[in-house]
Amino acid sequence: MPVSLWKIYALFFKMGIFTFGGGYAMLPILKSELVEKQRWISEEELLNYYSIGQCTPGIIAVNAASFIGYQKHGLSGLIAATLGVISPSIIIILLVAALLQQYMDNQYLQWAFGGIRVSVIALIINVVWDLWLKGVKTVRDYAVFIIALGLLLWGNVSAVMLVILAALSGFIPSFRRGAE
Amino acid sequence: MIYAILAWEFFKIGLFAVGGGLVTVPFLFNLIDAYHWFTAQELTDMIAISQSTPGPVGINMATYAGFKAAGWVGGIVATLSEVLPSMIVVYFLARALNKWHENKYVLQVLTAIRPAVLALILAAGWQIARESITDYKTAGFLAFLVAAQHFYRKSAIVYIVFAAIVGVVLKL
Repeated sequence: MPVSLWKIYALFFKMGIFTFGGGYAMLPILKSELVEKQRWISEEELLNYYSIGQCTPGIIAVNAASFIGYQKHGLSGLIAATLGVISPSIIIILLVAALLQQYMDNQYLQWAFGGIRVSVIALIINVVWDLWLKGVKTVRDYAVFIIALGLLLWGNVSAVMLVILAALSGFIPSFRRGAE
Repeated sequence: MIYAILAWEFFKIGLFAVGGGLVTVPFLFNLIDAYHWFTAQELTDMIAISQSTPGPVGINMATYAGFKAAGWVGGIVATLSEVLPSMIVVYFLARALNKWHENKYVLQVLTAIRPAVLALILAAGWQIARESITDYKTAGFLAFLVAAQHFYRKSAIVYIVFAAIVGVVLKL
């Protein structure tokens, strides 16, 4: 049964508020809210939307929201999810830009952001660990992961190029471990 | 008609910035020379604020830049224009994916991309860590949070609120 558009909007609004930083910071929130709490999508689907959202134009968080909204409620769900995820930004940034810019230097706020940044790193580590257990199984998977990480940290490869290279690796044998 | 110019410029950014919010930064710098809506110094401040305020950083920057150019209506116009290309492209891709998701080659490609996307996410975490894990206090708190999240499965939102409070208490 499809969920209501209002529910889609409200849920993405809530997730937008708690996203600090880029689209990657949103992945742990999408996972705990949409995969674990609401059970709207599976972990595999979430990762698929993220992979595709990486090489489609625009903001990754918006691409992922659009995908999930479409799966739940077609075109109107896509619009509701996108408007939901951008609404907090519009409200908060307009408030900050118009009235509160001087408060951004506030020491307590800076300490709070310091704590939030640490929690975002911890959330990313745990989400990668969970998805690793589900998605990294074959020798080829290990190789792609290690090469990708090496290229990102020491090479100068764009995310889009990396995803395209990984996609091409889908056509080489995967050397699945175990009895399968 | 500044709103039409804003809409066009941010539509183009949304269409050509592939790979997420920070990819839009060079496009925003290009606007400085073309329109003088803001200075490079102002844009640098806007990016810093967008990274620490709630919301995806790419959206925050679009709203902020639009506001600087043409007030609050400008902020809304810029943001909506930047997400419009995403919505159109994802609409057609999602339809195609639903039709083809059982296709052998599509499955092969999607499965193959996963480890690379995990590497991308981990590398993003590494980037944040390089700037935020600066002493024993932050390193210890990170270790504590990783273990806590692993053993106590609470929503990510609970941990973000908790970390903000701890950040103030411990002066992180």
